[in-house]
Amino acid sequence: MAKAKVLGMMGDFAVAEAAKLCNPDVIAAYPITPQTIIVERLAEFVADGELDCDYICVESEHSAMSACYGASAVGARVYTATASQGLALMIEIVYITASARFPVVMTIANRALSGPINIHCDHSDAMLARDSGWIQVFAEDCQEAYDSTIQAFRIAEDKRVSLPVMNCLDGFVLSHSIEPVTTLPIEDEETLDGFLPVRDPLYKLDVDAPIAQGLLALPEFYMEIKRGQQEAHLKSIDVIKEVIQDFGDRWGRYWPVVEPYQMDDAEVAVVTIGSSTGTGRAAVDELRAEGKKVGLVKLRCFRPFPVKDIQAGLKNAGAVGVCDRSVSFGSTGPVYADMAGAMVGRSGPIVKNFIIGLGGKDITIDTFRTMYDNLYADLAKGEVEEPVEWIGVRGE
Amino acid sequence: MADYPTKLADLPKEERSVSSGHRLCTGCAAGTIARLVGKAVPDKPFMWVNATCCLEVATTIYPFAAWHVPWIHNAFENAAATASGVRSGLDMLMKKGRIPQRDIEVIAIGGDGGTYDIGIQAISGAIERGHDFVYICYDNEAYMNTGIQRSGATMHAAWTTTSPAGEAVPGKQEFKKPLLRIVAAHGLEYCATASCSYPLDFVRKVKRAVDVKGPAFVHVIQPCLRGWRFDTSESFQVARLAVESRFFPLYEVYNGYKYVLNYPNPMMSKVPIEDYLKQQGRLRHLFKPERKQEILDIIQAHVDKEWEKLLELAEFSEKSALY
Repeated sequence: MAKAKVLGMMGDFAVAEAAKLCNPDVIAAYPITPQTIIVERLAEFVADGELDCDYICVESEHSAMSACYGASAVGARVYTATASQGLALMIEIVYITASARFPVVMTIANRALSGPINIHCDHSDAMLARDSGWIQVFAEDCQEAYDSTIQAFRIAEDKRVSLPVMNCLDGFVLSHSIEPVTTLPIEDEETLDGFLPVRDPLYKLDVDAPIAQGLLALPEFYMEIKRGQQEAHLKSIDVIKEVIQDFGDRWGRYWPVVEPYQMDDAEVAVVTIGSSTGTGRAAVDELRAEGKKVGLVKLRCFRPFPVKDIQAGLKNAGAVGVCDRSVSFGSTGPVYADMAGAMVGRSGPIVKNFIIGLGGKDITIDTFRTMYDNLYADLAKGEVEEPVEWIGVRGE
Repeated sequence: MADYPTKLADLPKEERSVSSGHRLCTGCAAGTIARLVGKAVPDKPFMWVNATCCLEVATTIYPFAAWHVPWIHNAFENAAATASGVRSGLDMLMKKGRIPQRDIEVIAIGGDGGTYDIGIQAISGAIERGHDFVYICYDNEAYMNTGIQRSGATMHAAWTTTSPAGEAVPGKQEFKKPLLRIVAAHGLEYCATASCSYPLDFVRKVKRAVDVKGPAFVHVIQPCLRGWRFDTSESFQVARLAVESRFFPLYEVYNGYKYVLNYPNPMMSKVPIEDYLKQQGRLRHLFKPERKQEILDIIQAHVDKEWEKLLELAEFSEKSALY
């Protein structure tokens, strides 16, 4: 019997280990901090003969995604990873890959977008791809980043989905932090004991049965194609949940699309995404010990946006603060925008937006205390004076 | 040595690449080029990777596709990178026994904009990595798909919508980028120029390129009747003059250094560049309302210099013990 091992691994290492376990046929990747360790590690696996995979050292991220598109089109299992400017450079093909319904798994080690140039964590890179049609999942810790990678191939390649999946882990906070990660005890490495069968593509380029992919669609059909894409994306939530369930049943770790923490009697709550969730939980524990009924809702799956789960997760909280680690200039944070949309037409809590942790600005327990205090103040007033607040800006 | 057809009648009758029913302009040679590529590899299955270009938009308007082969389009600048992925995917799936083991060619094609300009990085990368594929650039010397804008391939003095022939600036001021020499500098086993008006030469070169294990490149001139302003019946005549005037000589480069000249024959008397230019409305401003002798001289001098350079390279290749 294969046994699960608990290994101390950085997030990037954990993701590389998980990607290797999934036996990709093709990896096309380009280095960029803080993702580089993933593609270095995978290159080592290939060089050492531990992974039978064609590793294409492309000359740019644009070509990385282009090569992933081509390889996925012929039926290969495909993986890549990038961050920040790399995602920005490839974004054109990120959209095209989703529209073509080609399964590709990509890890983003979240990093702020330039300028000014900055290598540290925020979510502005992933949010750049928010509307691209990729499924987007954010990890809270290295274990989740490991597990999400394995789930991602299964979700992407499920014929009911057939969409690319983007797994996000916070740059440096997770990518370069060593945490204990429990590996999967796998007997049959070809299919991960049946969890991840060899890819069986819905359509593929085949010389014996020619098809054309990537056609020009004019107004007669463009909107119909986009409508279909939206249907597929919305419906993928059921498959995502199914995969989460199967993974949990096999290996004991469940990662719900939305995870409430101390929400049953919470008066105020924050919604988090990514690694700040752990800090948020610690803040909740401290405040609860002081007698304050606070809670937290972790949003793991950002695209598709799990509207019903988030509505249910908020329970009876009177004021909700949505944390955004990026901002849509001239408007609000993108997670808040979706949350506000989810609350339209419902008599629910006061909802406001906190912009936190841009460009690697620390998110501490005090950051959360500030937010909870702020929410209590609004709750007392019964209205939100300042719908978008930036927390932790020098001199403010 | 591969068997090359010596007359058009030797080419297979069967259409293997683009089919009838496409929407290219009447008289456009891009369709002919695509057809000839298919006929050049009668005995080998292939997949076709198309950059965004006239050939792409005119042959695959959803829900129709005018192709007999597996065909894929991604974007404008990345046909070579997409072809890298197709090649890599096919090779790995064959290696792992997921698809039958067979010799499948990957052919990528792009226009001059998608090759000379926006696509050159992806092409350079794919050649450097050594993927087994053929890249074909059909060069009509401007962004014809968007309506005749100047590219790095546009010849000196030519009118385009972004290099208009004005009083102050008479057309494009720069010269055509030496694409094949740039490609050859990568040291790939085979690259060549070709013309749609020399179909057997083109077919031979495509076949040669397909036989190469690794990247190969064919650069084919394709006069555009809309952008160059000539009659629908004249594509091949203009393409022939491009070669005969020594403006677009046909040659091959082996291993990045061995240059072999094919056409025109250097022993033949020179066809003046003016004969080529006069055929094209895009260069009308060189003759009307008055003749611009100075510009004509500059173009002729440039053609002569490039031709001499090529002859030297070919002569050097023949003499050198290295080759």
